[in-house]
Amino acid sequence: MSKTRTPAIRRRIMVIDVAGPTLVFVAFLGFWYWLSYYGMAERRRFLVPPFHKVIQDGYLDWKNFSVMLEALWLTTQVALWGLGIAIGLGMTCAILMSQARWIERSVWPYAVALQSIPILALVPLLGILFNYSFNARVIVCIIMAIFPIINNTLFGIQSVEAGHHDLFTLHHTSRLTRLRKLQLPAASPVIFAGFRISAGLSVIGAIVGDFFFRKGDKGIGILLDQYAARTTTIPRLYAATILAGALGYLVFSLFGLLTRVVIGKWHEAADVPG
Amino acid sequence: MMTGGIDPVNRSALKFDRVSMVFPDGTEATLDVSFSVGPGEFVTIVGPSGCGKSTLLRIASGLLEPTGGSVEVDRQRLGYVFQDATLLPWRTVQGNVELLAELQGYTKVERQALAMAAINLVGLQGFENHYPKMLSGGMKMRVSLARTLTLRPPVFLFDEPFGAVDEITRMRLNEETQEIFKNEGFAGLFITHSIGEAVFMSTRILVMSARPGRLVAEIDVPFDYPRKPDLRFDSRFAELSGTVSAALREAHT
Repeated sequence: MSKTRTPAIRRRIMVIDVAGPTLVFVAFLGFWYWLSYYGMAERRRFLVPPFHKVIQDGYLDWKNFSVMLEALWLTTQVALWGLGIAIGLGMTCAILMSQARWIERSVWPYAVALQSIPILALVPLLGILFNYSFNARVIVCIIMAIFPIINNTLFGIQSVEAGHHDLFTLHHTSRLTRLRKLQLPAASPVIFAGFRISAGLSVIGAIVGDFFFRKGDKGIGILLDQYAARTTTIPRLYAATILAGALGYLVFSLFGLLTRVVIGKWHEAADVPG
Repeated sequence: MMTGGIDPVNRSALKFDRVSMVFPDGTEATLDVSFSVGPGEFVTIVGPSGCGKSTLLRIASGLLEPTGGSVEVDRQRLGYVFQDATLLPWRTVQGNVELLAELQGYTKVERQALAMAAINLVGLQGFENHYPKMLSGGMKMRVSLARTLTLRPPVFLFDEPFGAVDEITRMRLNEETQEIFKNEGFAGLFITHSIGEAVFMSTRILVMSARPGRLVAEIDVPFDYPRKPDLRFDSRFAELSGTVSAALREAHT
């Protein structure tokens, strides 16, 4: 019932939070080195360069690193724009759907369809339609990220307890007041869960769009494609892949943090790790 | 079917006139129920589970439209305490207690004053900034009570509000509610299936039969207010409880 954990338990959680992932990392690193030096057949070893080589080529060589950072920055912008628009558009859609059954019935199949089309099928089309521009990439992101927003917002709004609705009905509350003071706050934990899922998806969308466009300004996706083409740039491929993963993790965590700040005070499950 | 304020002729604050309710699926919830509750009266309906007691409250409040008969009550100023506390988990105690005044369009200053008075009335001073998840079941019920008290409704509907709390808490809440009733002088309609609760709090008890619910007995409770906890061990209390119990048994068969 009470939220406060005893200090002893809290300390143990802190230790496991640091020690656990560190241990996994060390084990992973061990496996990596084993693969680099012994695991792979000799003529294929260049495919798994040792970890320190990845660091040296990718991150310590400023010429290479600055190229990656620039590309990463572009990808970040695409992902954040995509996510932002997906949130705005998705929530508007879901709110409208929650207000009238006929809107829900009319729009829902297309929301599902959007979710079901493999994004790769759409990328070439979007590429030629929007000339491989920044906007084309943002649209790929939106398509990737919008469904969890629509789905969770709608589900959250529709899951408000009947007793709470009765309470508002007794006081002749307008639709807008009911939405603002009851439905949206009640739905917020589910909506934020949707944000977290979409945050990860938008980063994937930004990279996938970029990767398959192969044209336009260089995002991390194009860079990955280029690094994979030559044996000498394989360490950089690893470095860029790690950066892309880190970006996804960062955006996801950011939304985890946002969740805790906004609803952590009253909602138990807002205590998500992130 | 709705009149403003209290009917001046027979001075009832809430009046059921031959109310029947048949749900669309054919379930007959209540049949031909007539009774009235005057100002300063605390009427309790006891009856077996599923006999349509709660349906009567939903009809009184306008949440349900009866299929027969009518109800006279001023719905603008109606207090309704639900079976669950129905607190909004994202609001603090203060925010929850202010909710109804907020929905009725009171200003922030008015709201705060009303909430403060109501919180004091139910003894929750010091818990204003707590969120519902930090409260016990009994405390949540107190917040729910305080929320309804802010609007000073002349008619109070209670839908088995203390059914989910433990026996000791329930008795304390009975004593507190009874005291607030005595001080505020509202007309109360209380639903329960606890005979002890009914006898302890009410001025009058109505016994309802199993579905379709009809009123089968009316029992006056003569004890003076304020009622002390010891009353529960008085022989007259036991006798009256026995009478209610017998009426309930009869209603069941």
